[in-house]
Amino acid sequence: MKSFSELKKNLKRNFSGLKSIKVALLGDTATQFLQQALRGTGYDYGYDLQIFEADFNQIERQVFDPSSELYEFKPEIVIIFQSTHKLNSKYSKLKPDYYGSFADTQLEIISNIRTTISSNLNAKIIFYNFPEIDDSVFGNYANKTEISFLFQLRKLNYQLMVFASQNPDFYICDLSSIQNQFSKSVVFQTSIYINTEMVLSIDILPEVAAKTLDTIGAMNGRVRKCLIIDLDNTMWGGIIGDDGLENIQLGTLGIGKAFTELQYWIKKLKNRGVILAICSKNTESIAKEPFEKHPDMVLHLDDIAVFVANWENKVDNIKKIQSTLNIGFDSMVFLDDNPFERNIVRENIAGIVVPELPVDPADYLEYLYTLNLFDTVSYSNEDTERTKQYQTEAKRLVEQSVFVNEGDFLKSLNMLSLVEPFNNFNTPRVAQLSQRSNQFNLRTVRYTEADIEKLSKSDKSHTLSFTLEDKFGDNGLICVVILEKESTDVLFIDTWFMSCRVLKRGMENFVLNTLVAIAKENGFKYLKGEYIPTPKNEMVKNHYLNLGFISENDNNVWLLDVNNYSPKKNFINTK
Amino acid sequence: MEKIDVLKKVNAVFIDVLDNEDIVLTYETTADDVEDWDSLNHIQLVVAIEKLFKTRFTSQEIQSWKNVGEMLDCIISKGV
Repeated sequence: MKSFSELKKNLKRNFSGLKSIKVALLGDTATQFLQQALRGTGYDYGYDLQIFEADFNQIERQVFDPSSELYEFKPEIVIIFQSTHKLNSKYSKLKPDYYGSFADTQLEIISNIRTTISSNLNAKIIFYNFPEIDDSVFGNYANKTEISFLFQLRKLNYQLMVFASQNPDFYICDLSSIQNQFSKSVVFQTSIYINTEMVLSIDILPEVAAKTLDTIGAMNGRVRKCLIIDLDNTMWGGIIGDDGLENIQLGTLGIGKAFTELQYWIKKLKNRGVILAICSKNTESIAKEPFEKHPDMVLHLDDIAVFVANWENKVDNIKKIQSTLNIGFDSMVFLDDNPFERNIVRENIAGIVVPELPVDPADYLEYLYTLNLFDTVSYSNEDTERTKQYQTEAKRLVEQSVFVNEGDFLKSLNMLSLVEPFNNFNTPRVAQLSQRSNQFNLRTVRYTEADIEKLSKSDKSHTLSFTLEDKFGDNGLICVVILEKESTDVLFIDTWFMSCRVLKRGMENFVLNTLVAIAKENGFKYLKGEYIPTPKNEMVKNHYLNLGFISENDNNVWLLDVNNYSPKKNFINTK
Repeated sequence: MEKIDVLKKVNAVFIDVLDNEDIVLTYETTADDVEDWDSLNHIQLVVAIEKLFKTRFTSQEIQSWKNVGEMLDCIISKGV
């Protein structure tokens, strides 16, 4: 990780061309260094953070005064940094009768702050939780005494998690876990606190900024979706081809424990929705043997979406995995114990994340914990189904090769789509797809759960979600369209994105038929579409052209006359 | 370590932290003489100097120096 000094040097670099994000930073201690660290780190993440830093200790004034600079600035993200030191001094000033309700009172203030911000701004809130200060007034007994500061502090941190889980626009940046990892003596330096009123040490600033940017990045689609894992000496100890099934190291004894615990971690990622792929230099049947037969294997073949074991080079194999999964290289992480393989992959595949695994396998897991590789801003039940969906996709590919005529193949799939406006049930998935879709995304406007909720209540917009299932399985919700009334004649396609795993099924035609029907029903004459190019969405550059839209003065803006439209052929039926 | 050697090392820290190759410190140099040496950057300089000499200043020491010479005396008093 870069030092604070190096981050400051980033501030002099050229930010033009980077995605600009407006961020407000409100703190109850001095935040100048944090502001610099955030902007400097933002540069390395590819963002031009436009930061409004409120004057010292102005959280309440900025939030509760409707004419404040905060609201004038109109940030997309509001970072709120209340320090444990200020929390401690608030607690210390209380009459003892109020100690026991301290956490509840503080949460209520935070809740008021959130409500006020979200009624004045369309912004997400990132709130730093509280690193612990043990004031040692009760010693161990603090854990047994509700009125102790430590009790109230931990209660507040817990209540913040509950609060965040109930409020889609409120995110926690886990400062407390940073302090657990680095220790309080690293996070906090008294001389700096005394002289500047800053509670973060110079050394910890880059860590705090990175953790903050992980969340900002995830809000903007920067998420890792796939973990590609090597086998020998990464997944288990030893070499399966040489040592044989009985002699590889796994289980509860010695170094085997390190590999087993790593596998449990990988399994949890899979359960969370991260796709697993294997990329190993091995004979395939030998590589699969432990998955099928070893009693101590935690991961099994049905946990793995794509299994590639052969003697080709890993760069080509990872490209093969990428083309099967149809996701960007920058959403992939590659784990391999061999520095040579790591370097080849890193040098030849731009964007892929290749952690520099420590030499000792005992250190793998602790090291991976520190990297925060899989931060996210959404989670839905569908995530857990993802591996199955990719496995069925592999089956479909096999079957497709049997049909000569594409139409026959599509017909044989018996495809059904459920078309619904946004509702409470599909909102989390719609928001998630909005964060994650990069390739098939016409305008790449990102919506959070809170945005989606607002849209579904707006009478100016039509919201549509599409699922797709076929005889092989259910792909779940795979496409989203948001229509905005632009004028009495024109209905504008504000958003159209689709999961790449349903490409080439005629879904575009099915969706367009639906859109035209809605436009007609509501008396519009034209559907208007726009393509906003990004580094990733070239695949839909000619989307509207291919669907028969006419270009309006060659500006990536397209029009379709809905009264002269004949429905497009497809093999999808409405569910 | 001789004071003049400490000066050379501290000078290098200033060049790095303030990102300015032209800084030439003397014992008499004060914050007013160096561009960007404000109270915030002062803290960053102090932390970098602490790291280099593997020592810690007290919070009072940090605010007490009137010029570079006094800062150097303080560093030397730590037994570096």
